[in-house]
Amino acid sequence: MSKPVIATAHFTGCFGCHMSILDIDERILDLVELVEFNKSPINDIKNFTKPVDVGIIEGGVSNDENAEILMEFRKHCKILVAIGSCALTGGVPSMRNLVPLKECLEEAYLNGPTVRSENTGVIPNDPDIPVLLDKVYPCHEVVKIDYFLPGCPPSADTIWNALVALVKGEPISLEYQLIKYD
Amino acid sequence: MSDNTVTFKIDGVEVRASADKTIIQAADEAGIYIPRLCYLKELPPGGHCRVCTVKVNGRPVNACTYPVAEGIIVENDTEELNTLRRNLIEMLFVEGNHFCPSCEASGRCELQALAYRLGLLAPQMPYLNPQRELDATHPDIYLDRNRCVVCGRCVRASIYLDKKNVFGFENRGIKMKISVNSNDGLRDTNLTKDDEAMKVCPTGSLVIKRQAYLTPVGSRPYDKEPIGSEIEKKKCS
Repeated sequence: MSKPVIATAHFTGCFGCHMSILDIDERILDLVELVEFNKSPINDIKNFTKPVDVGIIEGGVSNDENAEILMEFRKHCKILVAIGSCALTGGVPSMRNLVPLKECLEEAYLNGPTVRSENTGVIPNDPDIPVLLDKVYPCHEVVKIDYFLPGCPPSADTIWNALVALVKGEPISLEYQLIKYD
Repeated sequence: MSDNTVTFKIDGVEVRASADKTIIQAADEAGIYIPRLCYLKELPPGGHCRVCTVKVNGRPVNACTYPVAEGIIVENDTEELNTLRRNLIEMLFVEGNHFCPSCEASGRCELQALAYRLGLLAPQMPYLNPQRELDATHPDIYLDRNRCVVCGRCVRASIYLDKKNVFGFENRGIKMKISVNSNDGLRDTNLTKDDEAMKVCPTGSLVIKRQAYLTPVGSRPYDKEPIGSEIEKKKCS
């Protein structure tokens, strides 16, 4: 039987959840035995090459590219797992939800104290740059998410226990200390 | 045994209590934890949050305000009631602006601890991202309404323990907020950082300045054991 296929994605977050995946230490050798990695920033595979069993999402959805790739993940993955505060709630980046987007951009690029002098700032508008959404959205407000693993980041043990249970088709059982919002 | 003692059952367990107690007081003494948010044993009950809802003879009531009575059948730790409580906590999360990863109350926050205990992995109701005011006018204290769940503990503590009446409620329903009884914010009140009102906030809403993040992750009150463990331990001993 072929190994279960895993894919991971990173949206609006700090990459800490991916660091926490790598924080499983020597268990990464077991992981390689257990699963096969497809599209992921860890192996730098850019496109899906086969159907995926478990997709792991880090980060919230703050721009059109995040939303597009998240929808692509939903299409290719049987199970989608959102990990970390940003994917679950928008997290720290969603603090900008309290300020209108226009004001955020004007503060950052036109009026902020680090803009060199008046009238020299420009709000970036290159077509290659993803367009910011009005707010930072949690992943489940964009696509159906099957499992949630909170944490900032979720600890390596949280991710490991949940992932092993998922690929083995067992129920996820996490002890109290492994469920944290921070 | 005196005449004013009553016997009743909580989830099938026989509990004896003096007749002037509320259900939550009797349960605490018996080592049975009823989840609660706005209730604090040092304060008169507020009956605001409804997290302590139990069923008495099949009817939902506040455990913090309902008196014990002979022979009543109380349901507490049931799937139905815990789902109701989890939904209440979830609504409080999406109604306010709770950014746990950067909040100084994380790890000691009772809202967060209740979410952990009740198994809320991620709030899935739509976030409201409300505009809330912050009062940082006081030299030692700030009031961040983004994190406020309007439990009213500070209101009651200020009135009944400090005898000061610094806080109050303003508006109704989802617009309800904590107001400060002055013309010019907290600095224009006689609130001090040593007041009892400063010890009761369940979240990071009413906090003392320059004391944030002193307790390392791993040593905070709810890092290792769920909220309510201290009450449940009484039963074992």
